[in-house]
Amino acid sequence: MKSKLISGPHVAATRRVDQIMRQVIVALLPATAFGLLLFGWPALYLLTITIVSSMLFEAFCLKLKGVAAAPYLRDGSAILTGLLVAMSLPPWAPWWIGVMGAAIAIILGKQVYGGLGQNLFNPAMLARVALLISFPIEMTTWVNVSPLFTGPGLIESFQLIFSGMETSDAITGATTLGLIKTGFSQNLLLPGVLSDYSGILAFIGWERGSLGETSGLLLLIGGVHLIRQGVIQWHIPVSLLATLLLLSTVFHMIDSTHYMSPWVQLNSGAVLLVAFFIATDYVTSPNTPLGQLVFGSGCGLLIFVIRSWGGYPEGTGFAILLMNAVTPLIDHYIRPRIYGRYRNGKPLDISNP
Amino acid sequence: MPAFLENPRLRGGIHAEERKHYTSGHAIVRNFPLPKKLYIPVQQHVGKPAEPVVKVGDIVLKGQLLAHSQGAISSPIHAPTSGKIIDVKDFPAPHPSALPVRTVIIESDGKDQWLTTHLPSDPFALDPEEICTRVGEAGVVGLGGAVFPSAVKLNLGRKNQIHTLLINAGECEPYLTCDDRLMQEYAEEIVSGIRLMLNGMQAPKAIIGMEDNKPEAFRAMQAASLPFANISVEQVPTRYPMGWDRQMLRYLTGLEIPADGRATDIGVVVHNVATAHAVYKAICLGQPLISRVVTVSGTAVAKPGNVEVPLGTLMSEVLDYCGLNKARMARLVMGGPMMGDALPHAEVPVVKACNGILALSHEEIEEPQTQACIRCSSCVTACPVGLLPLEMASRIRANQLDAAVDLGLKDCISCGSCSYVCPSNIPLVHYFKFASGELVKRQQAEHKTEQTKRLMQDRNQRMERIRQEAEAEALRAQEARAARAAQQAAAKQQPKEETA
Repeated sequence: MKSKLISGPHVAATRRVDQIMRQVIVALLPATAFGLLLFGWPALYLLTITIVSSMLFEAFCLKLKGVAAAPYLRDGSAILTGLLVAMSLPPWAPWWIGVMGAAIAIILGKQVYGGLGQNLFNPAMLARVALLISFPIEMTTWVNVSPLFTGPGLIESFQLIFSGMETSDAITGATTLGLIKTGFSQNLLLPGVLSDYSGILAFIGWERGSLGETSGLLLLIGGVHLIRQGVIQWHIPVSLLATLLLLSTVFHMIDSTHYMSPWVQLNSGAVLLVAFFIATDYVTSPNTPLGQLVFGSGCGLLIFVIRSWGGYPEGTGFAILLMNAVTPLIDHYIRPRIYGRYRNGKPLDISNP
Repeated sequence: MPAFLENPRLRGGIHAEERKHYTSGHAIVRNFPLPKKLYIPVQQHVGKPAEPVVKVGDIVLKGQLLAHSQGAISSPIHAPTSGKIIDVKDFPAPHPSALPVRTVIIESDGKDQWLTTHLPSDPFALDPEEICTRVGEAGVVGLGGAVFPSAVKLNLGRKNQIHTLLINAGECEPYLTCDDRLMQEYAEEIVSGIRLMLNGMQAPKAIIGMEDNKPEAFRAMQAASLPFANISVEQVPTRYPMGWDRQMLRYLTGLEIPADGRATDIGVVVHNVATAHAVYKAICLGQPLISRVVTVSGTAVAKPGNVEVPLGTLMSEVLDYCGLNKARMARLVMGGPMMGDALPHAEVPVVKACNGILALSHEEIEEPQTQACIRCSSCVTACPVGLLPLEMASRIRANQLDAAVDLGLKDCISCGSCSYVCPSNIPLVHYFKFASGELVKRQQAEHKTEQTKRLMQDRNQRMERIRQEAEAEALRAQEARAARAAQQAAAKQQPKEETA
C-alpha cells in the first residue's frame, strides 16, 4: 500500500471528459448521417477532411506546446469541434474551406487561449463566422438536395471537392433564410417569397442548408437525448428556443408580411443545432442555472434581432459569439446563494424573522 | 438563485454508489477479542486535550478515569478495560500523517473488570444539570465524526431554550452502516438516550432524521419511539451529504442556520444517533464512553462487518480480525470514503471519532488522470452549500487566496461532492484544504510579524528608557561632583580666609 497525503473523496463518479465528448458526438450522429444522405459523397469528403484536419491541427499545437498529444487527442474534443465545424459548412464547400475552418476553430478558437477549457468563444462558431466573412461566396453556395447514389459518384465528388465546383444555378439555390432576405431586398413580401416552402419537409430536413443543420427533427432528438443523459442542462436550450419563439410569434402576429412565422424561424438555419449543441458548450456558457437562462435568452434575442433587422440572413453564429463574450460578465454577477447567507454574501439575520 | 430555481429544502448533493450491503446485513459483532495492549490518546475530541491522572505502573479498572478534562471545551478519557498502565508517551494518532499525540498505554489483565458505580434509581427523574454533568463525566462526545463534547452542547441547548432536538441518523457516507445497525439492534436504548437528552436540555421535542435507504432501522426506531409523542422519526431522501447537519435541518424544518451562527441560534441542537446511545449507556448503565461500533469494510477485507471495539485497539488488529488481505489494500481510510482520512498505516488506535475503517482495493479507488477543467459546472450543481468550486480552484491555482475567500472558501464543508462528480477528476477538495491551511499559515505568520514588531518596539522603548535613565544618572553624578567640588573649594577657602 503506497501512502500519500490525499484528501477525500476516495471514490469518484465514473463519467469522464472523453465520455462526455463521445456522448455529444453520438447525439450528433443522426443529424450528420442525414446530411450525408441528403448531399452525398462530396459532403462525406468535406466532413472527413474537416475532422482529420482538426485533429492534425490539435496535434500540431500540442507539439508546439511541448506536451504529449495522444492523451489530449483521445479526449475527443478535437473530433467534436471538427464535426461541429463541418456540420455548419455548406455541404459541397471546397476542401480548403474545411481545412481553414478546422484551423480557425482549433488554433485561433481554442489553442491560443491555452487549450481545452480555456477558450472564450465557441471554436466552431468562431470558424463559421470567420469563414462567412472571409469567403462569402463559398460559404453561401447551397447545393440542391441530391441524395447519396443519385448525386455525383465517388470520383466525381472527389473532383468536385478538390478542384472546385462548377457553380451552376441548376444544382444550387438559396436557403430559406437567404430566400427571404433577397426577397425583401426585391420588395417581395413574406407569404409570397416562400411559395414552395413546406413546414414538414423543413422539420424533417429535406431542404437546402448546411451539412448537418437541416434536420430539426434529428437535432431535437439528439438534444433531448443529451438532456436525459444529464450531459447538458435544460436551461440554455429552453430559454433560447422560448425567447426566439416568443419574439417571432409576437412580431409575426403584428406583421406577418415582414416577419417569419415561429415555425420557419425554428426550422431554418442553425437554430436547433445551436440551441442544443453550441450554446450549451460548457466552456463558453455560464456556470449557474440562472446565468444559463440569461445566456440562452440573450442568444434567442440576438438571433431574432440579427435575422429580422441585420444584414445577414442567418444570425446564430454572431449571436453565440456575442453572448460568449458576455459570459464572464454573467458569471461575475450571477452567483448562487451560499448557505446561511443572503445573495450579497452577508450572513442571514435571524433577529427579526 | 431566485426561489424558483432553488429547492428550498434540498440543494446540491450527489448519488454516490452506496456499497452499504457489504455490512448492513450482519449483526454487530460484540465478542471482539480483547487486545493485549490498548493505546488511548488523551485527545479524542474537539477542544483541549485531557490531562492524565494515572502514572506508569498504576492498576486501573474498566471505566476508571485515565485523564480528566480541562477547560470549558474538553472531555475526559476512561480505561476501556482493566489492567496496568505501562506507559504514557507520544504515539501515532489516526491522522493522515500519523502525528504522534500523548497516549496512555494499558496492558490488559484479561479480566475486564468493571469499576463499581452507583446508578441513579430513576434516570428520568434526574435534574437537567445532573444529566449534563454525568454525560460530561462519561466522556461522551459527538460520535458522527465531529467529536464535539456532548455535555457542552446539552448545556448550550438548555441555556438557549431550544425547541427541537434533531437526531442525525443520516449516515449518508457510502460503506458505513454502524448507525444503521445500532438503530436496528438498540432502538429502545437509543430512544431512552434521546429522552435523557431532551430532559437534559429541557427541550420539548425531538426529530430523528434518517435517509430512506434504511427501512429496517426506520421501522425499529418508529416502533421504539411510538410511546413518546414528542419523538418523531422522519425519512429524508438518500442524497449525500444529507448527514451534513445543516442540510438535514433545512430539509426537515425549512430552517437555515446563519453563516456566522450556530444551530442553537435558531432553537435547534443536533446530536448524532450513536451519541444518544452513548448517553443512555452513560446514565442508565453508568458506563463511560470506552468502546464504539466501527464499520470495517472495503473489498480488501474478507469478513466486512460492524464490530464493537474497545477504544484504543489498534486498527491493524481490527482489520486482521475481519480478514484483511494486505496485498489487495490500496488505501486505508478512517471514516467514510467521501470525507474520511487516508491513513499511512494501520498501527494507530481506534478513537471516538472512528466510525469506519475501510480497506479499499485498487478497483474501488481507481484514480484516472487529472484533466483540464472543461467548466461543465457539475461541481456547481453538486455543491450543497452553493459555492462555485471550479472558480475557487482556479483562483487557488493562481495563488489568489483572497479571491477564493471572497468566493466563499470559508463556507466550504469539504464534503467532496464536487471532486466526486468532476469529469476531469480534479482534486477540488484538496485545493480547498490546501488553501485553508495556507490561510491559517499566513495568519500565523502575520501574527508572528506583529508579535515581533511589538517586541521590537518594546525593546526600543526599554533601551530608550535605560539610556535616559543612564543620562539622568550621569547628570546627577556630574551635579553631585560639581557640588562636592564647590564644597571642597569653599572649605579650602574658609581656613585660608581665617588664616589670612
